[in-house]
Amino acid sequence: MPSDPSVRDASVQGPHARGSGARDRHVQGLDALEMAPQRQSDRPTAARVAARVWSATWPKLAAVAIVLAAWQAVVWSGWRPVYVLPGPDQVLPRLLTEISSAEFWEALGVTMRRALTGFALALAVGVALGLAVTRFKPLRVAIGSLITGLQTMPSIVWFPFAMLLYGISESAIMFVIVLGAAPSIAGGLTSGIDYVSPQLLRAGQAMGLRGVQHYTLLIVPAALPMFVTGLKQGWAFAWRSLMAGELLVIINQQNSIGWALSQARQFNDSEGLLAYVLIVLCVGILIDVFFSWADRSIRRRWGVAPS
Amino acid sequence: MTATTESPSTGTARASAVEIDHISKVFGEGASALTAIDGMSVSVRSREFVAVVGASGCGKSTLLSLVAGLTSPTTGTVDVGGHRVAMMFQEASLFPWLTIGGNIEIPMRVNGVPRARRKERVAELLDLVRLSGFARKRPHQLSGGMRQRVALARALAQDADVLLMDEPFGALDAMTRDILHDELERIWRERSLTIMFVTHNVREAVRLGDRVILLSSRPGRVIEEFTVEGERPRRIDSAQIASQAAEITDRLREEVSRHAV
Repeated sequence: MPSDPSVRDASVQGPHARGSGARDRHVQGLDALEMAPQRQSDRPTAARVAARVWSATWPKLAAVAIVLAAWQAVVWSGWRPVYVLPGPDQVLPRLLTEISSAEFWEALGVTMRRALTGFALALAVGVALGLAVTRFKPLRVAIGSLITGLQTMPSIVWFPFAMLLYGISESAIMFVIVLGAAPSIAGGLTSGIDYVSPQLLRAGQAMGLRGVQHYTLLIVPAALPMFVTGLKQGWAFAWRSLMAGELLVIINQQNSIGWALSQARQFNDSEGLLAYVLIVLCVGILIDVFFSWADRSIRRRWGVAPS
Repeated sequence: MTATTESPSTGTARASAVEIDHISKVFGEGASALTAIDGMSVSVRSREFVAVVGASGCGKSTLLSLVAGLTSPTTGTVDVGGHRVAMMFQEASLFPWLTIGGNIEIPMRVNGVPRARRKERVAELLDLVRLSGFARKRPHQLSGGMRQRVALARALAQDADVLLMDEPFGALDAMTRDILHDELERIWRERSLTIMFVTHNVREAVRLGDRVILLSSRPGRVIEEFTVEGERPRRIDSAQIASQAAEITDRLREEVSRHAV
């Protein structure tokens, strides 16, 4: 190889010291300045982790404290008798006894199994529907707006029909969960695929990506962030449909969260009612935390959100 | 199909790497039809660096798409004689979900290169574009100029000996662009590449090209070809480049004003 006479090049063609900062500065132009500086605070130490956990936690603790205080205040105001509206001092111990009982875990198990099966079904239907809609133009024209319409529809209105179709059974609940969640999942997938940047598509074309690789290496990862957003929304709909379903479609003698709620109502057990409401709230929050974490870590990896 | 030229050093039997013969490209039909290119003939010699200059709407990008085989001409023929053709754009268009190394591996995955060999090639290509040690970074952690270096490495990972560049440095600051000119020239020589470099920056064209091809606008035709004199590497701020660029710019201006009337 002929040696390069340029002065600038002479200075950079020295020994190839890997990652040498001096060399990088030489080679890169002015725009090296736009690179994000390496922040020292990126290195996690025990103290920093503790500080971060605390700063993320205390607003939530404060919110819980405010809600409990307001609740207690309403109870003390005597608006309703205590056997109808018990205070946190009664409900929270009840909650503890509930969650230490075997029946509770059985009920939660049944409900979560339904939720996961229903969500998995909705996922399969939603993905199939979403792919079909993106692949075939006429189908999009025909049912594209229907999918959006279904998304805005309160899924509870399907229950009377579902009970006619399937009787008082789990299938009726599954049917409504799929109708509630699949449109969101399909919608997330189609918009994810629709909004793959044309520049990336062109680059993929120039590199000869086609067939299966076009999907596995480009379309699927590019569509993933929006797909996860669709999943998150789909989960919210599935969970709502399930709770409505367990309250409406009372499958006799089968323990579940919905069953426990309706039992509590029949026995005028307001402490139990509120305890289960809190449990439903907690499950919802936990799953949401999971989806938000997935959403955030994908966006960070993809470089669309600040790290 | 013509025999594939595996290595440019053995493929000197043919004088030209790219033969564009009386092509035209019409988009649409009937009254709304738009003729982007009309009767254009260009011949690019093997290992030649050709800069293509023209005002907007001269069909520069269409020309490159035709050579890359992404679209086909309405009439005429494009012959790349079995050479592998790679393309680079103004945007680096790296896949944000992959590391730098992962991005460079993509064309090799398309070509079915085994994993171990891919890793070797990535290291070698990153070395070539002077980004060794960056394989595990992500595109958003790099500056614009560095991203274009990665895009160049990715294009070279296609094992192409014809490189088509569509205003690749158009979005960079002058200083960075200047450095990348040197780098591109070095890599062009080291790898015996044939380059078609589209730009609207006349000085850039004169800085880099063995030849500058000036295109007219709407429809795109070849107005004139200029052979660039001067030892390489040239300095973009040298008097020689300035005077030759002035000559081409005058000719371009003539063309633009003819259309403005």
